[in-house]
Amino acid sequence: MVRDMTNALSRLLETRDWLMADGATGTNLFNMGLSSGDAPEMWNVEHPEKIKALYAGAVDAGSDLFLTNSFGGNASRLKLHGAEGRVRELNRIAAELGREVADAAGRPVIVAGSVGPTGEIMAPMGSLTHELAVEMFHEQAEGLKEGGADVLWVETISAVEEYKAAAEAAKLAGMAWCGTMSFDTAGRTMMGITSADLAKVIDKLDHPPLAFGANCGVGAADLLRTVLGFAATGSQTPIIAKGNAGIPKYHDGHIHYDGTPSLMGDYAVLARDCGATIIGGCCGTTPEHLRAMKEALETRPRGDRPTLDEIASKLGGFSSASDGTDGDGPERRKSRRRG
Amino acid sequence: MSDQDDIILSELNDEELVEQMFDDLYDGLKEEIEEGVEILLERGWTPYRVLTEALVGGMTVVGRDFRDGILFVPEVLLAANAMKGGMAILKPLLAETGAPRVGKMVIGTVKGDIHDIGKNLVSMMMEGAGFEVVDLGINNAVEKYLEALETEKPDILGMSALLTTTMPYMKTVIDTMVEQGIRDDYIVLVGGAPLNEEFGRAIGADAYCRDAAVAVDTAKAFVARKHNQMNA
Repeated sequence: MVRDMTNALSRLLETRDWLMADGATGTNLFNMGLSSGDAPEMWNVEHPEKIKALYAGAVDAGSDLFLTNSFGGNASRLKLHGAEGRVRELNRIAAELGREVADAAGRPVIVAGSVGPTGEIMAPMGSLTHELAVEMFHEQAEGLKEGGADVLWVETISAVEEYKAAAEAAKLAGMAWCGTMSFDTAGRTMMGITSADLAKVIDKLDHPPLAFGANCGVGAADLLRTVLGFAATGSQTPIIAKGNAGIPKYHDGHIHYDGTPSLMGDYAVLARDCGATIIGGCCGTTPEHLRAMKEALETRPRGDRPTLDEIASKLGGFSSASDGTDGDGPERRKSRRRG
Repeated sequence: MSDQDDIILSELNDEELVEQMFDDLYDGLKEEIEEGVEILLERGWTPYRVLTEALVGGMTVVGRDFRDGILFVPEVLLAANAMKGGMAILKPLLAETGAPRVGKMVIGTVKGDIHDIGKNLVSMMMEGAGFEVVDLGINNAVEKYLEALETEKPDILGMSALLTTTMPYMKTVIDTMVEQGIRDDYIVLVGGAPLNEEFGRAIGADAYCRDAAVAVDTAKAFVARKHNQMNA
């Protein structure tokens, strides 16, 4: 793969052997007063100072890259809030606010334009066609590009078809991109995709991502098992790890993820040992967690690739015995027609 | 695949045919399921027996393997689609013959959330298990749930959320039910990828269901308990 050196993220990846991404968007916005059920993207216009504070929280904690507040900024999702006609505007502003914060950082900080799933099932299983998905992602990508995003950051995807549609949209917009899937069902995505499957998919794309990986999912331990799965394929593309800070609990009227900053520090170092290059958090990861992660990444030495047991002993156990890559998982029922 | 054409459903005895229908549901073969349903009806099976022994039986296998991480959403959607084909034949007959109803559920994805894949699976599996399901779709505000509870008078309220930004909304709905003094009139089940058991308890739901198969088992258990209480 010839890397496009005109891109800020490619340049940063050339000079550094690990980068720290940001933490949560949604759960951090809750802490700033967002109500459940409301569209976070509307805050780009209604509360731009809070969105800048969200971004600055990550940058001040040492993140080299942060995601824009545009996860649900596609027409399909914004339609819920009657804002499907504002895709371009809401994404542009999400990126513009990011640009302001990144450019004031005094060091290279990447503005990654977050692109979440459409929420629909793609054809032939569902009704969303490839063409329509590409069109929706493309519309969003143009807004993020216009606002100054350095790369597109496609995340929390579960279907290969949707991942490919996003890749095509990035190509149409002429943008470099990164793409992660959410492996939340017995170590696979909801659609049954394994870590090894995703590594294979990106090798065949004609506009491959600068980096690929996993975000969200179940807990930090599961996410690192997925990273080990990527690394085991020998893929040369940098790997992204963006795991949740533990699992969600409900306390005093708000959601709290139970992973401590110290646990996320351990997670970050283990993620690097597992083979990840871009390391961040997802739901529940606050600036305080990020500071602990940054300190751990800067002060602790690299180690050998950890075993699953080592990961479990430091971060807790896995949600399933197999993640579908070890050949040890339970097998499908045999049927006469299929043989 | 090689012996695909060798299986002639009408030549199988009842037991073999039901077993084959389990396979065909598992493989998501809609036409074969429709054919199997017709054959059993022709052989004098009641619509209710076809539903429970062939379709629900087959979907139980699918649900178990979904729960165990063997089948994933695409396979379950195909299976559910095949089951729907069979259900379309049985539904009018079931209505005529007055087959027993297990219970009734109102279900919907909460406000701000568009995700309905899991919810749809729950709907289909619940229907497959003999429940009557009223599906409110996506993006439901609390008023919408309350209105449906009043008009539909279900046994169960099911809520779904896939986002960390929307899952707390379930608590809003439950709190409103408590305020209005109607919380205990219903069994409240919640589900969705970011949730867990403890979260379900903390927000005041009766149970968290990690997937559609668990939802069916949980619903059955709660409805049975409710009926026992009423008869006691």
